[in-house]
Amino acid sequence: MTTTTPQATPAVRAHRARRGLAAAPFLAPGMLFLIVFMAIPVGLLAFYTFFKRGRFGGLVFEFTLDNWAKLAEPLYVGVILQSIGLALVVTLLALLLGYPMAYAIAGLSPKWRTVALVAVVLPFWTNFLIRTYAWILLLNNAGFVNQWLQAIGLTDEPISMLYTPQAIVVGLLYMYLPLMVLPLYASLQQLDPSLREAATNLGASPWRAFRTVTLPLSLPGALTGCIFVFVPAMSNFVIPELIGGGKTVMVGNLVRDQFYEARDWPFGATLALVLTMLLVVVIVIQAAVSRRITEGPRRG
Amino acid sequence: MPTMRRISIAAAGTAALALALTSCAGGDSGDGSDIDRTADISEQTLTVSIWADYYPEDLAEQFEEATGVKTTIVNHATNEDVVAKLTASSDPGIDVAFVSGQYAQALAEQGLLQELDKELIPNESNLYPEAMELAYDEGNVYSEPYAWGTTGLCYRPDLTGFDPTSWNDLLNPVDELVGKTTMLSTDRWLALPALKAAGYSVNTTDDAELDDAKAQLLETKPTLLAYDDTTFYSKLVSGEAALVEAWDGWCNYGIAENPDITFVVPEEGADLWVDTMTVLKSSESKEAAMAFINYILDPEVQAWVAENILYKVPNQVAMEDLDPTLIEAYPTLGITVDELFEQEVIVDLGEDSLKYVDLNAEVLATN
Repeated sequence: MTTTTPQATPAVRAHRARRGLAAAPFLAPGMLFLIVFMAIPVGLLAFYTFFKRGRFGGLVFEFTLDNWAKLAEPLYVGVILQSIGLALVVTLLALLLGYPMAYAIAGLSPKWRTVALVAVVLPFWTNFLIRTYAWILLLNNAGFVNQWLQAIGLTDEPISMLYTPQAIVVGLLYMYLPLMVLPLYASLQQLDPSLREAATNLGASPWRAFRTVTLPLSLPGALTGCIFVFVPAMSNFVIPELIGGGKTVMVGNLVRDQFYEARDWPFGATLALVLTMLLVVVIVIQAAVSRRITEGPRRG
Repeated sequence: MPTMRRISIAAAGTAALALALTSCAGGDSGDGSDIDRTADISEQTLTVSIWADYYPEDLAEQFEEATGVKTTIVNHATNEDVVAKLTASSDPGIDVAFVSGQYAQALAEQGLLQELDKELIPNESNLYPEAMELAYDEGNVYSEPYAWGTTGLCYRPDLTGFDPTSWNDLLNPVDELVGKTTMLSTDRWLALPALKAAGYSVNTTDDAELDDAKAQLLETKPTLLAYDDTTFYSKLVSGEAALVEAWDGWCNYGIAENPDITFVVPEEGADLWVDTMTVLKSSESKEAAMAFINYILDPEVQAWVAENILYKVPNQVAMEDLDPTLIEAYPTLGITVDELFEQEVIVDLGEDSLKYVDLNAEVLATN
C-alpha cells in the first residue's frame, strides 16, 4: 500500500522516494521471497484462466473466456455469495464474543494476562484436523452433547446438530476466534489509561468513556481481527466437508474440487483468483477505513 | 479408485520420495515397442506406482527375491494423481501403473500403454474367463485386473428395521431413515443410485437421463445425513447412519468392527469397477514389467488382496482357495462372478465425462 497521499508536496514526495531507496537493501530479501512465492504463482493462476482444460488436468493452449463466463452462472454466484454470507456471520460472532474477552484480558494483572493469552493460543498447538474431528464427536447424534442433553432430560430424541450450515459456523468460529482476540487485545492493551481517566474526571460515565474513548481507539484492532477471521473463514474447505457433511459447498470446496475431482485447472484457477481478488478488496477497504480512523477525517 | 481414497500422510511422503527417485530413473528413451522375450530381466530396474496400503508391504523385496529385478514401489493417492503424472511428461519414470479400468482405457486411447505380451504372462490363465471380457479393455490387451468389486447398500439391520433391496430405499427413504443415510459424492458414484433406480446405464451420456438423475438427487439431498466418501462405514459403526451407499470392500471395514453390518447390491443393479495393472510404453524395463504383472497374477500373491484388503480378486484359483470362514465373516467376498457380471462395467466417457462433473457440482452446491 502506498504511503503517498494526494496532498503530499513534490518535496515531500522526493524525500519519501529517497527514503524508499534507502530501505531497498532491507526490503529486497523479503520482497524477492514474496515475488517468487506469491506474485509468480498468482500470475500463473491468472494465465491459466484464459485457456481450455486438458482432459487429464493441465491446459490446452487455446485461448478462451469460457472460464470467466462460467463464473456468472447462478450456481457459482450462489456459492460465492453463500461463502461471503457464512464468513460474515462468523466474523460478526467472533467480534461479539472476542471483544469482551480481549477487553477483560487487557484489564488483568500482567501475570494473569499471560495465562489468559496462552489459554487463547493453546488450541493452535493441536492439529487442525484433530480439533475438527473433535467437533464431530461432540455434535453428532450419538455424540457427547446429545448424551448430556438426554442425560439431564432436556430432550428425549437426539437433536441433529452436525452436518448443517449452523454447525459450519460453529466450527469456523471455534477455529478463528483467537485470531480476533489477539489483535483486539493488542490494541486495547496499548491504550493510554490516562485518556479514560481524563474522560472520567471530566464527568463522563464509565459507559460514555468506553463509547467515546476506548471503543473508537480499539477499532483498528477490531478491523484487523475481522480480516484475520473473515479471510480464512471464507476460504476454508475442510470444515464444510467434515462438519457440514458436504451438503454446503463454499468457494474453497469448489476450488479444491475443480483441481482434484473435475480436473478442470483453468476453472479452478479462475475461482481461486476470484477468491484472492475478493480478499484483496476486503483488505484494501480495511486498510483505508483503519487509516481514516487513526488519522482522523481528512481536512481539505 | 474406490480403493485408497483415504487421505494418507504416508502416501504424501512417499509421493515426494517417488518424485525424487523417478527423476533419477530417466535415461535415454528408446522407442522400445518391441519386447525381447529373452532379455535378462535381472539387469532391469522397475518402478511401480500403486495406491497406498493396497499391496503387501514387502512386495518389492518379494519380487526382487523371485526375479532379481531391483524394484521400487511408489504410491499414488488417486487415479487422477497418477494419470496426471503419466500424462505430464514423455518419460514419467514409471514402468507399471495401477489404475482403474476406465483410466486404463483412456491411457490406452492416448497411446501411452504398452500392449501386454501374453507369452510373458502365463499366469493370466488363473483369471476367471469373464475377467478377459471387461468392456474397458476387451481381451486384456493393455491391462490385467488386480481387484474388482461393486457398489451397493451397506447397512445396520438393527437400525433400519428392514432389509433394503432397492436404490429407492436410499433415494426416497422411509421417514424413520431420514437423516440417517449417506451417499458417495465423488466421480461417477454420486449419480449411480439415481441412474440405476431409473433403469438407466451408469455410462449414460443422454442429457435427459442425466437431468432425471439430477432431479432425483436434489430431492434426496435434504434427507441425507451427509455426503461421505471416506468415513461412511464408521458412521454406521457409531450409529449415526443406518444405511449408506458404499463400495463393497469398504463396507467390510465396518463389518470388521460390527458384524451386524451387512451389504446388498440393490435389485436395479450397480457398477462393476476394476483396478488394473498396466505397463507404460515409455518403460525401458518392459520385460521386467510383464514379469511383475505375471508375479501378481500368481494365485498366492493375488490372494493377499482378498485376505488383507477384503476386496474380491479376479483370480479364480485364488478365490476358490480362499478360507471359507473369511467369506462367512465378509459376505461381499462371496459375491459370485456371475452376480458381479450382472453389474455394469464403468467405462471412460471421454469429453462426455464433463457432464458428470457438472452434475456433481450442481447437486452438491445447490441448497
